[in-house]
Amino acid sequence: MTDMLTPVLSDNWDADRSWTRASYERSGGYSALRTALGMEPGDVVQLVKDSGLRGRGGAGFPTGMKWGFIPQDNPNPKYLVVNADESEPGTCKDIPLMMASPHTLVEGVIISSFAIRANVAFIYVRGEVLHVVRRLQSAVREAYAAGHLGKNIHGSGYDLDVVVHAGAGAYICGEETALLDSLEGRRGQPRLRPPFPAVAGLYASPTVINNVESIASVPAIVKNGATWFSSMGTEKSKGMTLYSLSGHVVRPGQYEAPLGITLRQLLDLAGGVRPGHELKFWTPGGSSTPILTAEHLDVPLDYEGVGEAGSMLGTKALQIFDETTCVVRSVLRWTEFYKHESCGKCTPCREGTWWLVQVLNRLEHGEGTEADLESLLDQCDNILGRSFCALGDGATSPITSSIEYFRDEYLAHLEQQGCPFDPVASTLFATAGASA
Amino acid sequence: MTVSTSSTTGGSKPSNAPAAQDLVTLTIDGIETSVPKGTLVIRAAEQVGVQIPRFCDHPLLAPVGACRQCLVEVAMPDREGNVKPMMGPPGRVKPQASCTLAVSDGMVVSTHLSSPIADKAQQGVMEQLLINHPLDCPVCDKGGECPLQNQAMTNGRGESRFLEIKRTFPKPINISAQVLLDRERCVLCARCTRFSEQIAGDPFIALIERGALQQVGIYEQEPFRSNFSGNTIQICPVGALTSAAYRFRARPFDLVSTPSVAEHDSSASAIRVDHRRGKVMRRLAANDPQVNEEWISDKDRFAFHYAHQSDRLTHPMVRDESTGELRAASWPEAFAVAARGLQAAGHVGVLPGGRLTREDAYAYAKFARVALGTNDIDFRSRPHSDEEAQFLGARVAGRDIGVTFESLETASAVVLLGLEPEEENGTLFLRLRKASRGKTRIFAVAPYTSRGLSKMKATVVRTAPGDEVPAIEALAHDGQLALDGGGVILVGERLATVPGALTAAAVLATQTGARLAWVPRRAGDRGALDAGCLGGLLPSGRAVADPDARVDVGAVWRAEVPSTIGRSGDAILAAAADGRLGGLVIGGVELDDYANPAAARVAVQAARFVVSLELRASTVTELADVVFPVAPVAEKSGSFVSWEGRVRPFPKVITGSNAVADVRVLAGISEELGRPLGFRTPEAAAAELDEFRGWDGVRAADPDVHAQGSGQSTLRDGRSAPSSGTGATTEYRLATWKTMISDGPMQDGDPAYHASGPTPVVLVSEATLTALGLAVGEPVQLSTGAGSVILPLGVADLPDDVVWAPTASGGVNLARDLGALAGSTVSLAPQQSVPETVSSANGARS
Repeated sequence: MTDMLTPVLSDNWDADRSWTRASYERSGGYSALRTALGMEPGDVVQLVKDSGLRGRGGAGFPTGMKWGFIPQDNPNPKYLVVNADESEPGTCKDIPLMMASPHTLVEGVIISSFAIRANVAFIYVRGEVLHVVRRLQSAVREAYAAGHLGKNIHGSGYDLDVVVHAGAGAYICGEETALLDSLEGRRGQPRLRPPFPAVAGLYASPTVINNVESIASVPAIVKNGATWFSSMGTEKSKGMTLYSLSGHVVRPGQYEAPLGITLRQLLDLAGGVRPGHELKFWTPGGSSTPILTAEHLDVPLDYEGVGEAGSMLGTKALQIFDETTCVVRSVLRWTEFYKHESCGKCTPCREGTWWLVQVLNRLEHGEGTEADLESLLDQCDNILGRSFCALGDGATSPITSSIEYFRDEYLAHLEQQGCPFDPVASTLFATAGASA
Repeated sequence: MTVSTSSTTGGSKPSNAPAAQDLVTLTIDGIETSVPKGTLVIRAAEQVGVQIPRFCDHPLLAPVGACRQCLVEVAMPDREGNVKPMMGPPGRVKPQASCTLAVSDGMVVSTHLSSPIADKAQQGVMEQLLINHPLDCPVCDKGGECPLQNQAMTNGRGESRFLEIKRTFPKPINISAQVLLDRERCVLCARCTRFSEQIAGDPFIALIERGALQQVGIYEQEPFRSNFSGNTIQICPVGALTSAAYRFRARPFDLVSTPSVAEHDSSASAIRVDHRRGKVMRRLAANDPQVNEEWISDKDRFAFHYAHQSDRLTHPMVRDESTGELRAASWPEAFAVAARGLQAAGHVGVLPGGRLTREDAYAYAKFARVALGTNDIDFRSRPHSDEEAQFLGARVAGRDIGVTFESLETASAVVLLGLEPEEENGTLFLRLRKASRGKTRIFAVAPYTSRGLSKMKATVVRTAPGDEVPAIEALAHDGQLALDGGGVILVGERLATVPGALTAAAVLATQTGARLAWVPRRAGDRGALDAGCLGGLLPSGRAVADPDARVDVGAVWRAEVPSTIGRSGDAILAAAADGRLGGLVIGGVELDDYANPAAARVAVQAARFVVSLELRASTVTELADVVFPVAPVAEKSGSFVSWEGRVRPFPKVITGSNAVADVRVLAGISEELGRPLGFRTPEAAAAELDEFRGWDGVRAADPDVHAQGSGQSTLRDGRSAPSSGTGATTEYRLATWKTMISDGPMQDGDPAYHASGPTPVVLVSEATLTALGLAVGEPVQLSTGAGSVILPLGVADLPDDVVWAPTASGGVNLARDLGALAGSTVSLAPQQSVPETVSSANGARS
């Protein structure tokens, strides 16, 4: 059964002191760098285009095409910025990756920067994960010491400096233009587009912003070739990726598999839903992606498959909730997160999340009428696609999808004038026999 | 052979005409229209008569797209030409913010008027904006003129569905002494913060916190210090920003609004005066793209309470011969006493001051010549020189509009000489800053890089006061500046105090072909100059020395124009002091504004007969024999002439006022003298003055004064430099000018306005600071042989032997208290502690 797994990024995670350069190089690390430095930068871009690698941060934009947008005739310096501000509820792939094998990312950063002809790259990492920040800093230090970074890398004539920047803990700074503002020392709020970052990004210069996993995938593509990479996955969603299973599952964790695997297969690998319980709902890619239910167990987990099921692949953060979970309560928690993290720039997100939380809170406590559900959906309709960036859109996903699949449960709250669930039952420390 | 030449009158004058623009054709609500490329959809819609609701959008600020109120449905042609709606999340049409989207060919825009999707999106945003809004319109200053209120009515839902708890904040909080913030009302459109950053260059307010708790904030205890802060109140689309002066004073629907012109600087900005029952309640910037766009300085906005002070003169007064005190008199009596006194006084000098309207100034000019038979008239109640009079006659008086606000934006370079625009002419500063954000480079001959200069990214030729002449001369060969016909030289009135500097400025203009403009501080200076309120000049730049000009003027006046060149202001005062002049007619003049206030006071005291035309009691009215009350600007009609030469007429705002303009008073005296002016109203004065326009006769030659070496080691007016004193004192040259928010009778009556101004400081170089052994903020004693004042220290990139202090701020008047002008020698000495009020022994302002 485990032959469904394709450990590439996670291949060395079980090695002794996997986060060190010595360990990484023992498993073949930094060999792709030498290969890449012997190529023309444009050929590296073409290689990544040919591989079919798509952005692993959620939107799935073809990575090579993004690199191709960088105007090479622009006199300003070019920058690579790695978005390591992983903050989405449920999403937990980049931080384990950087924790276990920061050199995979660093090598990817060097090759990618070389490809787009950037001489400075930034890794914007979420500030709360101090241990990861230290491992990254240590990895960068080691890479400098080994001549992988700095001036004239391995005699290629190519120079690169990498800056590890710790963010101050705002979800909005995962939005790429807000990230740029934050990196420049401003308040993290999304920028107006156009101009797009490829033309005027960091310090108004051409900038590529990629997710950690996307960049970390590049060394393997250089090492093994585009054909190898595109042999995995589905027609339009190529390659392997990290699926992060969490919640009511026996063996939560990272499962690296080709795109297109199903949740049923992944649950099999993870030992299934916790014993004695059954799957109720799940998120395919973090809390911003509309929830799915047991009827979607066989949806191929690639960009197209999940899209057709009415959700988004997102960050492949598969949060598994069993039947002990109150969907209204879960949605309220998520919505509280969005309210707390709304940057405040635009009206729909700022005011809308403020309002949604209060209505959901009322419903969770059984106060209100069925008309409130319609009002809630209408509020979501006034936020989705009306806000400045996707944060507002994401805030509506759990609400609209949960009402779609679990309207009766909302109504049950109203009929019983309170939540019909025992919140303790859904916890991992729940005693056997706690009422569902 | 016929040759068609496109001869332009200005030679190298750059064209202000917009370049031929590419037009883009699009459809808005079914109406096809063509607009210039780059136009935003929201503006294109305005042009077809569709008003899309908006909050954050402002035509003079960069788009931000924050409020989302202006969402419209947009469809675009694809490559095959099929028009397809712009989509968002899967399967949904995504309405676009029309304030950030530029038009493109073939675009089809459907606003709330034709698209149910756009209409619902707008209603949704409006509902969201109102959930946390206090809806306290009945007690809000903005109620009745509020874009949120209005657009909630036109584009919102009738009733809110919000049943939950609103976000609340303590209210209001001061973000400066003048500007108050009510965070509950704020819709976070960021207009105020964007104005402060983009237009004024004072980014001292910013959005802080996040989500619904986002708010406009200041840094810790640092208030919003800006000379233009009031504009944020005006462009606030809700009642979140209010002024301490106006808050809770009136309702918009009780106010009468009258367009007018600001009287505080020579930009003559367009304003709107809102008044109620004969009293001005507030002033707002009017929209005048040629002059002030939509902005005014805080001085133009807030400094109007001076007209309502308790010392306002309400009736004529004459000095009782038996008691020696002023007593109330009837108008006929006062006219008669004044005429009799002036007749008996013999030679009379006229000091009209620089705050007059063009019409009043003309009345003074004609009154001096026709009624008094003298050319002894000078509007310059400030440090001045004969070189300046020559310069003004040659280069400025009676000239048509040359350099304009708009032409500054197309100038290749602007050179500032003796001019600190941010403090001395706020509206000009804003336009220069706008120009500097474009392609115009700013250069300044100045003692240090002031905040105003740095905000214009000016290249500063650091020059000690007195050393300006070589600095100006060197500009002609400055490779970086490369001044040519595309450049502009702006000359401030302060240059008059440096011998040879105006000569050098004129030479520079001639050498390089750069256009030159004179920028006085006061609103009335240019009008007075054009009207002939100068000893050597008759109306519209006609020279007294020119017999043809005298005949020309005499023909209109039906009187003989005296041929003796008149005295300057300082000479008039000197002649009054020693008895050569027996009488003085004084308009709105503060004696402290002269180079030597003490001598001015002595002169007015010495004059046998003094007639004062004043708004409020002053040092002059105290000494006068006859006092006539005259109208403030709001209570008379007239016009100012901007530094550009643009005539800026305004109507009488307070129509019920019985106060009379200076012209009526002078008419009354002249009639009593038997030599009538021939007009009694501003309108009639203007009509007669207009007969003088377009003088094509001989003009005065440029001045030809050469500086006697650089630097000045002695005070003007013959006073000796202070001795170096004991111990730690050291001598420095003084640089000084008036800050915008400063002392002056026309800024009286609004404590919040003064509190929002800069703290008066003595600025020194880093080296001087070290030499003094003091830190920034510590008190220092600034002194001359004539007196001393104590002010806190500040630091600037001044030359080491130069210090800077404000001319008249915080109760300190350098000329009055120290006898010190720009270029004077002053001493600095450490001072143990800061006194309670920063003032000199005799300088405390009540």
